[in-house]
Amino acid sequence: MLLTLTTTHEPATDLGYLLVKHPDRVQEFDLPTGTAHVFYPEATAQRCTAALLVEVDPQRLGVGRRRAASTPESFTLGQYVNDRAYAASSLLSSALSTVFRSALRGVSRDRPELAGSAIPLSIRVPVLRCRGGADLAVRLFTPLGWTVTAAPLPLDEQHPEWGDSRYVDLCLTGTVRLADALNHLYVLLPVLDDAKHYWVAPDEIDKLLRAGAGWLADHPERALITRRYLAHRRALAGQAMARLAELRLADVPVPDDSVDGVTGPADGATPVADPRRASLAVRRREAVLAALAASGATRVVDLGCGGGALLTGLLADRRYTEVVGVDVSTQALTVAARRLRLDRLPQRQQDRVRLWQSALTYRDDRLRGYDAAVLMEVVEHLDPARLPALEDAVLGHARPGTLVVTTPNAEYNVRYEGLPAGRFRHPDHRFEWTRAEFAAWVDRVAADHGYTATISGVGDHDPELGHPTQLAVLTAVASRETTR
Amino acid sequence: MSILDIPELALVALVGVSGSGKSTFAARHFAPSQVLASDAFRAMVADDENDQSASADAFGALHHVAGVRLRRGRLTVVDATNLQPHARAGLVRVARDHDVLPVAIVLDVPEALAWERTLSRADRTHGRQVLARMQRDLRRSYGQLEREGFRRVHVLRGVEEIDAARIRLEKLFNDRRELTGPFDIVGDVHGCRAELEALLTRLGFVLHRDDAGRPVDALHPAGRTAVFVGDLVDRGPDSPGVLRLVMGMVAAGHAICVPGNHEHKLLRKLRGQDVKLTHGLAETMAQLDAEDPAFVAGAATFIDGLVSHFVLDGGRLVVAHAGLKEAYHGRASGRVRSFALWGETTGETDEYGLPVRYPWARDYRGAAMVVYGHTPTPTPEWVNNTICVDTGCVFGGKLTALRYPERELVAVDAQREWYAPARPLFDTPTRPDTVLDLADVTGRRHLEHAYGTLTVPAENAAAALEVMSRFAVDPARLVWLPPTMAPCSTSTVPGFLEHPTQAFDDYRSAGVQRVVCEEKHMGSRAVVLVEREAGRFGGGVVHTRTGRPFFGPPLDGELLDRVRAAVGAAGLWDELGTDRLLLDCELLPWSAKAGGLIREQFAGVGAAGRAALPAALAALDTAAARGLPVAALRDRMAARRAEVDGYSAAYRAYVAPTDGLRGMTLAPFAVLAGATVTFTDRDHGWHLALADRLCAADPEFFTPTRRQVVELDDEAAVAAATGWWSTLTAAGGEGMVVKPYAGPAARSARGSLLQPGIKCRGREYLRIIYGPGYTDPAQLTALRRRSLGRKRGLALREHALGLAALDAYAADAPLWRRHELVFAILACESEPVDPRL
Repeated sequence: MLLTLTTTHEPATDLGYLLVKHPDRVQEFDLPTGTAHVFYPEATAQRCTAALLVEVDPQRLGVGRRRAASTPESFTLGQYVNDRAYAASSLLSSALSTVFRSALRGVSRDRPELAGSAIPLSIRVPVLRCRGGADLAVRLFTPLGWTVTAAPLPLDEQHPEWGDSRYVDLCLTGTVRLADALNHLYVLLPVLDDAKHYWVAPDEIDKLLRAGAGWLADHPERALITRRYLAHRRALAGQAMARLAELRLADVPVPDDSVDGVTGPADGATPVADPRRASLAVRRREAVLAALAASGATRVVDLGCGGGALLTGLLADRRYTEVVGVDVSTQALTVAARRLRLDRLPQRQQDRVRLWQSALTYRDDRLRGYDAAVLMEVVEHLDPARLPALEDAVLGHARPGTLVVTTPNAEYNVRYEGLPAGRFRHPDHRFEWTRAEFAAWVDRVAADHGYTATISGVGDHDPELGHPTQLAVLTAVASRETTR
Repeated sequence: MSILDIPELALVALVGVSGSGKSTFAARHFAPSQVLASDAFRAMVADDENDQSASADAFGALHHVAGVRLRRGRLTVVDATNLQPHARAGLVRVARDHDVLPVAIVLDVPEALAWERTLSRADRTHGRQVLARMQRDLRRSYGQLEREGFRRVHVLRGVEEIDAARIRLEKLFNDRRELTGPFDIVGDVHGCRAELEALLTRLGFVLHRDDAGRPVDALHPAGRTAVFVGDLVDRGPDSPGVLRLVMGMVAAGHAICVPGNHEHKLLRKLRGQDVKLTHGLAETMAQLDAEDPAFVAGAATFIDGLVSHFVLDGGRLVVAHAGLKEAYHGRASGRVRSFALWGETTGETDEYGLPVRYPWARDYRGAAMVVYGHTPTPTPEWVNNTICVDTGCVFGGKLTALRYPERELVAVDAQREWYAPARPLFDTPTRPDTVLDLADVTGRRHLEHAYGTLTVPAENAAAALEVMSRFAVDPARLVWLPPTMAPCSTSTVPGFLEHPTQAFDDYRSAGVQRVVCEEKHMGSRAVVLVEREAGRFGGGVVHTRTGRPFFGPPLDGELLDRVRAAVGAAGLWDELGTDRLLLDCELLPWSAKAGGLIREQFAGVGAAGRAALPAALAALDTAAARGLPVAALRDRMAARRAEVDGYSAAYRAYVAPTDGLRGMTLAPFAVLAGATVTFTDRDHGWHLALADRLCAADPEFFTPTRRQVVELDDEAAVAAATGWWSTLTAAGGEGMVVKPYAGPAARSARGSLLQPGIKCRGREYLRIIYGPGYTDPAQLTALRRRSLGRKRGLALREHALGLAALDAYAADAPLWRRHELVFAILACESEPVDPRL
């Protein structure tokens, strides 16, 4: 991977003093993941360019945990076949801080005044993975005084139909203090790449605030920068934002956008960028809680609890003596346990909660006999052909006294700008029902299994299209014995 | 000498004061593992066998262990004083919970002797008065034991009698495991004598008649035994005739019989109890009135002697009138008998006022086949290895027999409707074994099958559950998953990580003589199950190697249509005598299925490399022009660039435009199974010949698999195949798979399963697996240290499971069993293995 840094501040070769690297020498620096080379393709009094070329040793590039987590499960090969040798990333940031340590701190023994002055600079990173599109690079660098061009690279010249890759050829020009320029790169290259090659520990907050001194607190995208820099660890991002707010006296909280992060799409790829989405999720939870409260249930199961958003609400309500979260993903259950702080709850509180792995297409004896069960935004994640198995397992076998079901209203989708017609709200949705389809399904399963049903909705009601979310409450008929 | 008879499976409570010699007695007559001593349990929970404060916990643990042993069918002896009713009540409860008989053996020695023995014990903890109290408790116990539920009480008085006693284990009445058949198991007859005669005749029995022409016995020349599942009587026209024939057959040893609820009720009536003359009993009583009283008395004796269920053929077959759940097999208790006679009801009644029966068969997971009657059904259907053979003869249906072990049904039609049913006979139930229970697949599981055993760790099962339940096709249609395949041993040929030399060596050292080298298509694995006409499998299914729908609708349907048409055109349905085929295939090009993956992952790496390296080279060239010493670095960058170009060429070779099925082809290479047969024992010549015929039938859609058959001791053939591989891979081919020619289920000379295939991938192809620069000598040296053991082990385990799954599918085994095997393959795939292998 390569980064070049050019100045036309005369004498331009003073750049060598600032970087503490002689323009006429080729130098090598050993890095944990390879070797950094510094050389000057040009070095005249009018114009001087320093190049930092990092030669990555694939065998020293360990299997990065974060990296592995950010690639699809189907591509475990990504640990071995990847762009880390070519594209700018946190590896380049590490190289910058190793090779240009004093320049990054803004100190220069030989040219102290120059180190403190803004000079004309132009920086090029020929290959930078830019998660979120070239536009994000512009949004991040422009407020810092740079003129930005971020030209997307084609994915494959032989397959123009594939369009652009996620990589850009980034050029920054501006009159900026060299140390600031280097700090901008140090923070923003890994932020744009959005994948760290090392485990993000709490001391990263200090690193971020140090490198961001003087510019991060007022950056309009500071929330995104903080979140990504801290590898989406919400607790760390929250602390960092709090400390930034102290610097700035007023701030907005970190958006709670990773609630669905467990099973949801990567934020860069979210097809629906609807500002109402988060609030709809909250209203949906409130509606489900209200339906449960109305049913008089005290022992409840959340089927497909995911990261436990609803469980938190259930646990906060004393009327529920037993709260069970069920999900097929053990990872989701781990997240839920963390969110509920299960290991730190007092014993009596812990005893109210259970988290079980189960699959709704299999009968599970443990789920029998509960007062109420919830299928909140779950059925649409199942292939239609597997629905009968879910109906049997939930209504036939588990037989909760009350079942609350929510699912998207497909008719409402036209109200979502940015959601192309015919597309679902989530990439994993296997179907989305119209109101008539949902009602038909609810009526049939209720009749098949001895339940009565009422259907309502959640969210802003549209006179033509109904609610964005459909909600049904099914209530078991007291006895299945039919009249003779 | 007194002989104490004890059932083979029982809970034996020793009763006696301290010092009465219980432990000595237990040690003499039972294995140490069979004896649960209260002292040992006190020590186990409290480190002190005399710590009386630990008694409650010690007995809790003892009862638990006793329960586990009884559940597993092990005779269990409890060595404790057992002098107080509450202590014995706990044991009786444990025995009842597991449907075994509680037995008491009382050891009664003179108090003086017991005291003497107590004194000699170093750790004595009680005084004489305690012993005296025990003695009083013992006296009081005598009259109580039987009332408390002990079905057999043996009392040994005095040292001599105790020393002389011998234990004799006796079989339970229901244990007829020594009878191995073959059997013809006949459903509910209900007085339909004529139909019974017809059925027995059709089964090959020869009827013997008395002077009045009435059949009194039937003998099968091939020595088959008839088994009657009960309900011989009531409703039909000649219950006495049926009784006469069956009683004769049983007496002659030509048949065995279990009672039905109708016999049970008839017996009560014959004994003069107050029984309502409903459900056809009135007819039977009227018919019996015309019989000789001696016959009627004989019938009562016969019914009284019937045992409620039988365990036959080494435990592989269980017969009971209303069926029997696994926990009750070979057990004896009131509720076992009741289950066998009436089944379990849910306590609800249906719209005709009849009790709703608990569908025990749906939850049945036992290994033994259970054959029963009691509930008339139009057509007997296998549900989890159980079958009901009552086809409602008396209601105008059929009289059916199941041939065992052949599993064939033989039936004769009823002459007429002899009795009107209370509810329509032919409610069509859905196949009840299509529901799966979480307990069928989760947790740490130990699996035994015909090709070996394996343990699935709980965490692997947990991972597989997510894939299976969220992404896989309906388990009922998922009959097999392809096993993972190990590469050949790492090559030492310069510049190569994999080379044919090692692939051939691998099989040579496994003792294989002839192999087939099959071109390895670089596409996506597709398992195709196709039905001639849409039936139980909905026409079929196409799925990936992890069981996901291949493309999803509607493309999968079109693909199936295309395959179905080709199988038909090639004439394979009739030739193979099947209307269902399972094909193992590769779908080409790779981009058809994996386009997203190629664009997201592979192309991106190439794009980054193709942009980064020229930029670096340009900077270095400029620096070189200034006279900076960057030549070595430049050479390395140039080499990297060539590698990235090689890498890009490698993935581009597998990209081709497709539109719907247009542009796609299917390369079948194995025909794994028909509807009721597997073809894993056929050699690869057979499999590939069939694949060729599909290609001939539809050359546009099917791609042939190029191949070389190689005798491994023929050096020229080996060299030719190596050259063939080099040409294939140089032209962009992925490589080849070497397989034992004998077929998928090939075994070594020593009888163990061979690796079904070993892959040998091309040098250029491996760039997209190991990274563009893996051919760099330093990297190659490091990569050669790769370890294959885990991958090979996994490949063999999955292969064995796959073979078992195919057998289970062909035998139409219960869904839970088929699913358990396929699920285990998926669970194996969760094992962490180097994904580059």
